[in-house]
Amino acid sequence: MAIRETSAGHEALGLDEHDLRRMHYHMLLARRVDERSWILNRQGKAAFVISCQGQEAAQVGAAFNLRPGNDFLYPYYRDSGMTMLLGQTPRDQFLSLLGKKEDPNSGGRQMPGHYSSRRLNIVTSSAPVGIQYPQAAGSALAYKMRGEDGVVLVCGGEASTSGGDWHEAMNFAGIHDLPLVFLVENNVYAISVHASFQVAGSIAKRAEGYGFPGHEVDGNDVLAVYEAAREAFGRARAGEGPTLIEAKTYRMTAHSSDDDDRRYREREEIEEWRKKDPIVRFEKYLMENGLLEQSERDEISDRIKAEVAEASEYAENAPFADPEDVLLGVYAEA
Amino acid sequence: MATKNLLQAIHEGLAEEMRSDESVMVLGEDVGRAGGVFRVTQGLQEEFGDARVMDTPLAESLIVGSAIGLSVNGMRPVAEIQFADFIPPAFDQIVNEAAKFYYRSNGDWSCPITIRAPYGVVPGGALYHSQSIEAWFCNTPGLKVVAPTFPADAKAMIKSSIRDPNPVLFLEHKRTYRLIKEEVPEEDYDVPLGEARVHREGADITVVAYGLMLYMALEVAEKLSEEHGIETEVVEPRTLYPLDRESILDSAKKTGKVLVISEANLTGSVSGEMAAIVAREAFEWLDGPVMRLGAPDVPAAAFAKPMMDYFVPSAEKIEAAMLELARY
Repeated sequence: MAIRETSAGHEALGLDEHDLRRMHYHMLLARRVDERSWILNRQGKAAFVISCQGQEAAQVGAAFNLRPGNDFLYPYYRDSGMTMLLGQTPRDQFLSLLGKKEDPNSGGRQMPGHYSSRRLNIVTSSAPVGIQYPQAAGSALAYKMRGEDGVVLVCGGEASTSGGDWHEAMNFAGIHDLPLVFLVENNVYAISVHASFQVAGSIAKRAEGYGFPGHEVDGNDVLAVYEAAREAFGRARAGEGPTLIEAKTYRMTAHSSDDDDRRYREREEIEEWRKKDPIVRFEKYLMENGLLEQSERDEISDRIKAEVAEASEYAENAPFADPEDVLLGVYAEA
Repeated sequence: MATKNLLQAIHEGLAEEMRSDESVMVLGEDVGRAGGVFRVTQGLQEEFGDARVMDTPLAESLIVGSAIGLSVNGMRPVAEIQFADFIPPAFDQIVNEAAKFYYRSNGDWSCPITIRAPYGVVPGGALYHSQSIEAWFCNTPGLKVVAPTFPADAKAMIKSSIRDPNPVLFLEHKRTYRLIKEEVPEEDYDVPLGEARVHREGADITVVAYGLMLYMALEVAEKLSEEHGIETEVVEPRTLYPLDRESILDSAKKTGKVLVISEANLTGSVSGEMAAIVAREAFEWLDGPVMRLGAPDVPAAAFAKPMMDYFVPSAEKIEAAMLELARY
């Protein structure tokens, strides 16, 4: 399989050098935090890891259009590339991974990957797949009712389109022209089940039936995803309604640290996709366009490595919540 | 002061909240132009427009799920499930989402939604327009389940539910919608969630009941007083979850004899929880077994009237149970 080139030119998209560096930094940061998480798991320190690896371009490209705190994000459990782009930190990731008191998502109550930040308008997320879509439609409806220009980005994998919640939300968004962007990160696998047993026809084309545009994009091309999402956010802000983006990507790790993917997919398949690694591809684009030197790349990599090491160490040394804290906060006080 | 039935009182509570707080809105099937199949929301769309009184697609998970999303983005939605029997598609959104938002985000996100659901046996309702579904939800920390019976309580409690920062399931017994009228104050008055009400004082036995069964228990209590001199204390929980344990226990300790009546089937019911609380916490005050009366463990009420009547605890059965307990 040939390695596809990054398609869009960044100038045409209105992205400057600073934007590109930010994209690159966040893709690499997400990858390194993820890799460190697996090490902590192998060391017996982290009970559970759920990965973003392979999906960094789809996540950073789409979320680059969000205004933190002024739009809403309903992420799914792999979207660490998004949450860190919005303002969560590597420390936050490791505090959550290790279930520490300072975990900003849940104070150690939820598994890693169940993001939440009121400050950043990242709505608390859970494990039932697809359940976030009707909620995202509701948040978009609130923006529309108040005549505000906020946009809601809601994300899920391809399996999240199989249940009713996705279709109910697509239908409702179409009826009311809601300012909602659906991002389906089609990473080919739902644990072990291949997309060919999950998805009839095309996910992207389903949007047409609900009366709004759907686009299939190369999910490993950060600029292609950014371009599609930019158009979708523009439509939403202008009151023109929802857009569906299906980002075709690949899950480069097992489903989670509790999964052994050798049971259901060939190593060769993964190796083929490694050649299309979104970070490698973006770095190639940056270098070919004279936007990144190898020495700079090494420098950034070292900086991230240090940042990740510091964050990991901080989280490892951070305290757990008191056991009795499990009793707190069941009901909000008036 | 005007007299109103339960349906009118809930309508008035909704309308007043919508007038005083523009973030309050109503959504559900047929709630807009038609004003709801029971007419609870009649006239609201004319007054507040079709965005704040929104007819949704027929999709219960969407109705509750979008209410959750509205609530985290500044709105105070009141979602209507047309019949409680149709709530299961929204179960995930209620139990796994709304009820857990606050806890799972360590207090970052609250979910102030109200879900109205008409429940209970009604002639002709049969299996899918009759169910008492409270037990499904009274095992869900983070959720509040209320079931007021009297109009004045219901008006205040729909307001309390809307103002509450937590998700509230607001149950309305269909057969009590137009059963009685009582004086309902025009001005704002408070009935907090989580507080039971003692409708009738008595020293001999305690009956705890809600919904249609509450009215029947009150009638039988008068009869027993006149015919046998037995004085029954009748307690209405009003909020089914979390329960007002103290009020139930206070009455149990006063009379030493407790009967819990509901229209739900008994196994795994809310009345079972109330009986367990009394059995443990008031054991030393009890002079008889903690008794329960409810529907048999069959799926739901039947369509044919004789079978339906057999399913619901009758006045005769209630009287027999109360006499049995009083004479224990």
